[in-house]
Amino acid sequence: MAAEPLPAGDPAEPLISARGLVKTFGDFTAVDAIDVDVRPGEAFGFLGPNGAGKSSTMKMIGCVSPPSAGSLRIMGLDPATHGPAIRARLGVVPQRDTLDEELTVEENIWVYGRYFGLSRSEVRRRAAELLEFAQLAERSRSVVEPLSGGMKRRLTIARALVNQPRILLLDEPTTGLDPQARHVLWDRLFRLKREGVTLVLTTHYMDEAEQLCDRLVVMDHGRIVAEGSPRSLIEEHSTREVLELRFDSDDHREHLAAVDGVADRVEVLPDRLLLYTADGESAQAELGRRGVEPLSSLVRRSTLEDVFLHLTGRTLVD
Amino acid sequence: MATDVGTRTAGTSRAAPARGGGWRSVTEHWLTQYRRVWVGSAISSFLTPLLYLAGMGYGLGALVDGASGGIDGVPYVLFVAPGVLAATAMQVAAGETTFSVIGAIKWQRFYEGMLATPLGVRDVVRGHMAYVLVRLVVACGIFLAVAALLGLVRSPWGLLALPVAVLGGMAFAACCYAYSAGLSNDQGVTLLFRFVVMPMQLFAGTFFPIEQLPGWLQPVAWVTPLWHAVDACRDLVLGTVTPGPLLGHLAYLGVWLVVGLLLSERVLRRRMVI
Repeated sequence: MAAEPLPAGDPAEPLISARGLVKTFGDFTAVDAIDVDVRPGEAFGFLGPNGAGKSSTMKMIGCVSPPSAGSLRIMGLDPATHGPAIRARLGVVPQRDTLDEELTVEENIWVYGRYFGLSRSEVRRRAAELLEFAQLAERSRSVVEPLSGGMKRRLTIARALVNQPRILLLDEPTTGLDPQARHVLWDRLFRLKREGVTLVLTTHYMDEAEQLCDRLVVMDHGRIVAEGSPRSLIEEHSTREVLELRFDSDDHREHLAAVDGVADRVEVLPDRLLLYTADGESAQAELGRRGVEPLSSLVRRSTLEDVFLHLTGRTLVD
Repeated sequence: MATDVGTRTAGTSRAAPARGGGWRSVTEHWLTQYRRVWVGSAISSFLTPLLYLAGMGYGLGALVDGASGGIDGVPYVLFVAPGVLAATAMQVAAGETTFSVIGAIKWQRFYEGMLATPLGVRDVVRGHMAYVLVRLVVACGIFLAVAALLGLVRSPWGLLALPVAVLGGMAFAACCYAYSAGLSNDQGVTLLFRFVVMPMQLFAGTFFPIEQLPGWLQPVAWVTPLWHAVDACRDLVLGTVTPGPLLGHLAYLGVWLVVGLLLSERVLRRRMVI
């Protein structure tokens, strides 16, 4: 059975469709009956803290980990019976790089392209193109080991594109990178997205999710606790603005009474109070009238972090 | 030039074959890696047998031959050369199926990368073993050539010692692979070398006939794959080969190879597909 005909790319058909998807390891339920649809061309995110079940979900979508229960279809195919055919059309950027650090940058792409059964000449042609795209062309003959974390990550992404995948799976693409390297990487991912590649990514950074994702699900303890676009999630689960107050005190709960009634909702963090309100400046003014004097007071817009805090009562990154 | 990467990515033209590159692409990866160190490796494949033959064969051999006129009338260096050939195969086999397997599972994680493509666990195991095969053919080939140049191959049958030594190496490699694939750290490798590879090399007929062992230890030597490889290689090189024992040795090594391969796949699948 040669190249299996994949179902035609009906734009209305989801590329990935999961119903009641479960993953258990012994008694532990990592993914607890989630429903997910990813449409062609969109950038879809799984947002959640460590241990939320994001990576387990990605491994099932990547057809390397069989689901414990529920149904999963990728490009219309069942991973249980068509794993290799599906994986032939996926690009995978794993959480930790799996590069061969003893080989050169270009050799890594050649070797990987051969896994997909591409000819040597085709692999070389694509490698040159992809290294250009990943801004690694000048390093193509360097050994991988001494490269920076950001460069290795870009190489992993370039390598994942060697089979011209329909879906690119990225498991925490920028974890551990410095801010500049993250921005370079986001820029490359934006570019892929604009050119029509479907991106599926996990992250525990809300700025990453807001930057990259058209739509996302918030996961916690293996379940999906919210779903939508970053903007709609913020509108639905938070207020427009947040007033952050820091006091000179070990326990910020002491100041709850002083701010009572100023905002719709108050969250207490170890180092600050978050006051959720449509109008941060009026709240600030009201506190001034009451004579409340925090060390610092900052008005900002709501982010997905606030959504997560509201939904789970915990911050994303400890 | 960079801008069209994604466009083509999203398109359907010239899609990769759904079956992927199979085990050959895995072998290619290991060979690409080996290419970086092949000069040093080839030199050591050439020097190691020379050192062994010089030290054991000619040095120790002078004593043995002086005291007892060789082993069963055969000069010691002739006796020991095929033994060291088979033992070298076993060393190479263990060297290529222990640290590199654990590394590919959990240090560099090559296997995770491979299994994200159309490749399956069977391709990964077979591709790795095919690479070990190449390494064995080269190492044993160089050894046999050196031995032949020194006049230590007495019979034209000796040519067949190459495939037999390689088979012995593969049989052992398959079992080492299965063992390594189940290890969670490299302490188990140290144990393997100290308590299996080392004793086997010393007591499986490499340097002296197993008849010298205490009676109860001889059956232990019969069980080891190395003894079968040593005995078959020795008979071929000395021209004392008879079909019955040779076929018996080959069959025994074949069983180790097949069982080892099946076990390797099973253990690696349980490890990687969770």
